[in-house]
Amino acid sequence: MNQFITFIKKEFYHVFRDGKTLLMLFGLPIVQIVLFGFALSNEIKNAKMMILDQAKDASSQQIIERFAASPYFQIEKTINHEAAIEPSFLKGNIKMALILPANLDQDLNHTGTAAVQLLLDASDPNAANTLNGYASSILNSFQQERMLNSKLPLQLTPQIRMLYNPELKGAPTFVPGVMALVLMLVCVLMTSISIVKEKELGTMEILLVSPVNPFLLIIAKAVPYLGLSLINLAIILTLSVTLLDMPIHGSLLLLIAESTLLIITALSLGLLISNVTNSQQAAMLIAILAMMIPTLLFTGFMFPIENMPLPLQWISNLIPAKWYYIIAKSIMIKGLGFAAIWKETLILLGMTVFLLFLSFKKFKTRLE
Amino acid sequence: MRTLIFLLKKEFKQIFRNKALLPIIFIAPIMQLIILPLAADFEIKNINISFVDHDRSSFSQQLYQKIVGSGYFKAISYGSSYQDAMQHIEKEESDIILEIPEGFERQLIRENKQDLFVAINAINGVKAGLGGSYLNQIIANYNQDIRAEWGLIKGNPQQAGLQVSSYFWFNPHMNYQVFMVPAILVLLVTMISTYMCALNIVKEKEIGTIEQINVTPIKKYQFILGKLIPFWLIGIFIFTIGLFGIGYLIYGIVPLGNLLTLYAYLSLYLIAMLGLGLLISTVSNTQQQAMSVAFFFIMIFMLMSGLFTSIDSMPNWAKAIAYCSPVTYFIDVIRMLVLKGSTFNDIKVHFAITAGFAVLLNVWALYKYKKTS
Amino acid sequence: MEAEKVIQTVDLSKHFGDFIACNAISFEVFKGEIFGFLGANGAGKTTAMKMLCGLSAPSSGKATIAGFDIYKQTEAIKKRIGYMSQKFSLYEDLSVLENIEFFGGIYGLSQQEIKQRGQQLIDQLGLADVAKNMVGSLPLGWKQKLAFSVASLHDPEIIFLDEPTGGVDPVTRRQFWDLIYAASVRGITVFVTTHYMDEAEYCHRVSIMVDGEIKALDTPENLKKQFQVDSMEDVFFELARGAQRLGD
Repeated sequence: MNQFITFIKKEFYHVFRDGKTLLMLFGLPIVQIVLFGFALSNEIKNAKMMILDQAKDASSQQIIERFAASPYFQIEKTINHEAAIEPSFLKGNIKMALILPANLDQDLNHTGTAAVQLLLDASDPNAANTLNGYASSILNSFQQERMLNSKLPLQLTPQIRMLYNPELKGAPTFVPGVMALVLMLVCVLMTSISIVKEKELGTMEILLVSPVNPFLLIIAKAVPYLGLSLINLAIILTLSVTLLDMPIHGSLLLLIAESTLLIITALSLGLLISNVTNSQQAAMLIAILAMMIPTLLFTGFMFPIENMPLPLQWISNLIPAKWYYIIAKSIMIKGLGFAAIWKETLILLGMTVFLLFLSFKKFKTRLE
Repeated sequence: MRTLIFLLKKEFKQIFRNKALLPIIFIAPIMQLIILPLAADFEIKNINISFVDHDRSSFSQQLYQKIVGSGYFKAISYGSSYQDAMQHIEKEESDIILEIPEGFERQLIRENKQDLFVAINAINGVKAGLGGSYLNQIIANYNQDIRAEWGLIKGNPQQAGLQVSSYFWFNPHMNYQVFMVPAILVLLVTMISTYMCALNIVKEKEIGTIEQINVTPIKKYQFILGKLIPFWLIGIFIFTIGLFGIGYLIYGIVPLGNLLTLYAYLSLYLIAMLGLGLLISTVSNTQQQAMSVAFFFIMIFMLMSGLFTSIDSMPNWAKAIAYCSPVTYFIDVIRMLVLKGSTFNDIKVHFAITAGFAVLLNVWALYKYKKTS
Repeated sequence: MEAEKVIQTVDLSKHFGDFIACNAISFEVFKGEIFGFLGANGAGKTTAMKMLCGLSAPSSGKATIAGFDIYKQTEAIKKRIGYMSQKFSLYEDLSVLENIEFFGGIYGLSQQEIKQRGQQLIDQLGLADVAKNMVGSLPLGWKQKLAFSVASLHDPEIIFLDEPTGGVDPVTRRQFWDLIYAASVRGITVFVTTHYMDEAEYCHRVSIMVDGEIKALDTPENLKKQFQVDSMEDVFFELARGAQRLGD
């Protein structure tokens, strides 16, 4: 047991004496939480637009005011000639242009209709779609106000309730995702490199000839990263509760237990990678390509899995972080108990056992 | 000049002999370019809905048909228990519950008004917001339909007022891949050039061969050029493969802008990113450190670059960070050149800023890189 | 002994913060001499050598190498010296020939010279069969001989060897010293650090460093007489015993 502790101490020294590695271990999670919390969202706001106002009457003025007041748009310029529109699109200065016809007031008052054009930069189709929706609803509301006779018969009113996240904040989707990502990152990348590094430097041989049981040695390699990951978990949870006002509805203990399970899964994967590679470069390569990118893609927090082609949806089932993401969301946001997530837990557990078995097996053959 | 040729020869031999490195240079980018655009699709579709119908009237049936027929929603369940529907929400099988109260039809006719109850899983705020507004629109349409049916309004009410026609420029088929592929290519070229350059130099430090180089008469600039040129060429090569081999052959993307402008910008950009790699290598002593530092910056650059989310929507402090990253500019440039056919004149500011990055990063790296310790 | 001084140092010092790695060392080395630079681990040998090669800037003092100043003319010095570090420093993922070509090239040898000297070197070391093999696959002794030959490929005036025979078997060590003698005969000055006292006996003159200072400098014969002992090993013990700094 003493030897075991000695080894663990040594690993902690390695990590804490290397400021640059610490940057990655603790700096990245904190930065990610802050960025996702405050800077990154799928929402589209402050989109720059241009208005070609050929009418210059009361109606066009009202429409312009409505766009100016909307948080979704920011009016770059009101112009007089259509010729100014295309260059602005080409320079990337605007995302949308609104063209109001001459005689807008007249048309609306006499014929009851008027033709308005929206030009959208569809090089980003999602943004174009969304902006089109926002602009149409602004124009609609203008129209409804004009009609004023809002008291219609047979009025249906949908009472909408937003469950779990009434303010529609971004945090609930990504906090569990960032947790999954960071835990995978720290455990897989760092463990795999740390073991291969000892192989490369030749210090592994010294450890292997020492009277310590090799299995203990492998575990001792992994334990510090388990500790570091738990610290990371604590940092992320504290930040999201205090900084992002994201409550944890379910049992904290259950969340920690499930996170520990993911950490062990990731550690097993890291051990496996380090047992089959011989150079740090190769370990990094496999860890980043085979683990980081799939985790980012297939966890479901950045890109909706249901949008992917079927073969990719199948692949996503092989990613441990995906299951953890479901579990973490259920506990943190929906406040569900173990009964709701036992299936996902079982899958994660199965993966862990399989990976551990595989990496111990690989390790043994290497000793012989 | 001769010295440089010897250095280049050596670098190329080493790169092509490194079995761990070759796949990251050539195979990984191709795989990623094929998979990422397929996977990275934000478009909100397939909103799943559960109906809880306590009324089971002809009105409620019509509403159901109208919603399912809209194309936005997929009915997951149709029942009369809110509890059951909630279970679907908890399991993430369903996104929205629409509850039609008992006596819906009767009440509407008698009282002239009626409430409907909608519960939306709002963990994904954007999806929830959009789903809610689609549903609202459909219900409003349905509302107008029944008014027309009962002869309470004349004509087609949806045709009065403003006629909005929308034109989608530059990408009329609304093809999302056309938008993503060039930007992902930028990300790949960035990652490869920065990582490779930083790791390569640090590796020489780690093994100790750099000391041998330092006692030779090789000039500082020769050694650095010897390191930068191979990765500069590899960067251009990968970009070309990605743009033509994958972008054109698989996704059918034809750059609208001038290729010369695009490649000129790429060359400049690569010099800037290689400078970053060089800078990282000068402050790192081990490959692990170099990788950590490079990963940290590239991750931030990637998230802030406008690749996945819109920069316009960011708060000002975040915009400031975004505009401090060379990646942001290249993503902008490549989308403008490839999709919109912008010209050099449209992107000259981008050019100037990138040139600034190239000078700044390289000068800084040279300053930090000391031949004598 | 010829009078031409190829290395000359006066009060050369190097500080790392409070720590004085090299304290005002002064000595001279003559052309064609094999100069042994001895000292316990941590005595400051490697630091001194790095200053002489231009890898590390001195804190104070003066020195010239082949007539060039080590502060201002490091680039001129680098053309005239060869260096072989403690750590094996050829490229393991390049073949024997490719390493020769590379290092010959960066020292400015012509294609002709590289070919000719490379061939000569390979014949001399008996590496013809493995010339196309990766250097990483060679046994350590061969690598060290190759590294020495590569370091002297461009006919330097001085070769610096930092513990060149660490971990090498006695036969190979002997062959290694034959190479050193051959170089010395050609007029190349050899500056070598070592921990093997039998190797110290092979040197024309040796200096012994203790705690960053040179405590003795003379021929092995004279040193033995001066300390009234039979071997260099005993000379070393006499001096190193008083050291303050512990070896590592």
